This record gives sequence, C-alpha cells and structure tokens, in this order.
Amino acid sequence: MSGLEIAGRRFESRLIIGTGGFRSLAAMAEAIAASGAELATVALRRVDPDAQGSVLDVVREAGCQVLPNTAGCFTAHDAVTTARLAREALGTDWIKLEVIGDDRTLLPDAAELLDAAATLVEEGFTVLPYTSDDPVLAARLEDAGCAAVMPLGSPIGSGMGIGNPYNLRLILERAGVPVILDAGIGTASDAAIAMELGCAGILLASAISRAEDPARMARAMRLAVEAGRLAHDAGRIPRRLYAEASTPLEGVPELS
Amino acid sequence: MLRIVLNGESRELAAGATVEQAVAATGAPLPHTGLAVAVDGEVVPRGEWERTPLAEGQRVEVLQAVQGGAR
Repeated sequence: MSGLEIAGRRFESRLIIGTGGFRSLAAMAEAIAASGAELATVALRRVDPDAQGSVLDVVREAGCQVLPNTAGCFTAHDAVTTARLAREALGTDWIKLEVIGDDRTLLPDAAELLDAAATLVEEGFTVLPYTSDDPVLAARLEDAGCAAVMPLGSPIGSGMGIGNPYNLRLILERAGVPVILDAGIGTASDAAIAMELGCAGILLASAISRAEDPARMARAMRLAVEAGRLAHDAGRIPRRLYAEASTPLEGVPELS
Repeated sequence: MLRIVLNGESRELAAGATVEQAVAATGAPLPHTGLAVAVDGEVVPRGEWERTPLAEGQRVEVLQAVQGGAR
C-alpha cells in the first residue's frame, strides 16, 4: 500500500496523531507506538519549569516528525506569529494552521485562515490548514499554496464523525493536494468511512487520547485507516435498491 | 531595575537585562533548546537572545512545545 505524500515527503502511515488529551506522557507514548503514526502535532505554550518530561522527547523517540500547530489562535496575526515561533523552537517550517472563529464550536474562521495561509506560504512554510468542510474554501486554500487541506468531519473533539460526506466528496473531487480529514472522528468506522471516500489521511487526537484504552483505540484507528484505504483502492460495488444474486440462476432444478 | 511582563507576570530584572536573562528567569531548564521567544509580539531568533537588551514594560513570551491537538 503506497503511503501518504505531503510536500514531497513520504509517510508509510496515513494516520497523523494529535498529542492533546492524554492522561500521561507514558500513555501517549504507548498510543503513538500502537497507531503507527509518523507525524504528531504539538502546541506551543508558555514554559512550565515544573513540567515533568518533554512531549518532544516522547514524539521523537517514537520516530515521529513533529508537526506544530497554532491551536488557540483566533486571528491571522496570532497564528502567523505562532507559526514563526514554532519554526524557531522546533526547527521545522511545517505548520498545522488553525485559526478558530468561535470558542464553543472551535470552527475555523475562514477569512482569517485564508489570510494567514497566504502569509505563511509566502514566508516559506509548508502549510496544512484545518478548515471547515466548505469546498470553495478548500479550493481557495489550495490556490493559496497550501500543501494539503484538512477539512473537519465535525467539530474538534465532538466525536460526531463525518457530518457532511457530500461536501467532503466535492472537496475530494477537485483537490490537487492531499485531503486529510481533521477533527470529528469518534471511532474506527468514522476513520474507515473517510478513507473509503478517498481521503489521503486522517488526523485525530481525542478519539484516541480520551478513549478508555488509548493504545487499543490507536491500534483500531491504524487498522481502520488501512482497511478504508484498501477498500477505496479496491473499488466498491455500486449501491442498488434491489438484490443482485451472486449465484447463477442457470441450472436451477425444478423441484415441484 | 527593569520591569517587564514575563509570560504574563510582572517581573523585575537587572538593568540592561537581555532576552537570554529573561529566558533564564522563567526557570526553564538548561540547555534552552526547544524554546522560542517573542518580545512585544515579535520573534527574537535564538542567536540574538544574548545581544538583545530589553526595555522597560516590554512583554516577553517564552514558549515551548506541549501536548496539543485540539484543546
């Protein structure tokens, strides 16, 4: 099975893991290993001299590339500054761009997002924007030079799955960059459906980190992403209203 | 004395203090890798910490990577 390619970099795994929400770094390490992910998001916050252990060490020991995000930013200005700080702190110009427009739904602010994306592409960043499932906005982000588009299935942490598969199909139909479903995955079947629809990958955090058994759910997600991708590539049968026998009708005996 | 706002808290540093000294004042363990600094919202690259003096009232943010995807 061919891997996920973003901005010329190949990953065997099509699952990207968020590091938020784990009860401990040990639980996170176990889950990352079980997920097979090769890319893991981290956030930037004020230093805490009392913090035990380092999320960076755990991510790197797991063999993952670090993908900083701009979580918590509400304006293009703050997101751009956060991306620059992440580049400085972590030595990567990859950025998961999040610009939130509303505190309760955590839905993206389309105008600020597009503005920030354009600025960061101009500054040489590899921009992976978390976006709504709006096909027009996804196209605008791609046109702005983003390396992927990452539409939500449903709000962050909601576990509601893919709310609008038709919009996702419209995004997938047009996209010339990888489409990575970001946010809303609740359980394995949600991830499989996204992959069956043709997504290049899945980014999720809460579904694993807040599961009762994160490592077991991480393995479930790994298998679901692989199964969904295989099913997509294999080409599913069409949906029909009526049955279509798989057993031939020729040679049926007359028994009455 | 020099009063700045360091990670949201008012702090006094010695007159002529640099960004490097502000980073040390956060208590961040050495070596200071994996950190980034913004002064009044502008990034100060690692290589310039030692030779960048701070001015009275400046807001200094010293950041590191933490767990985070969604909040």
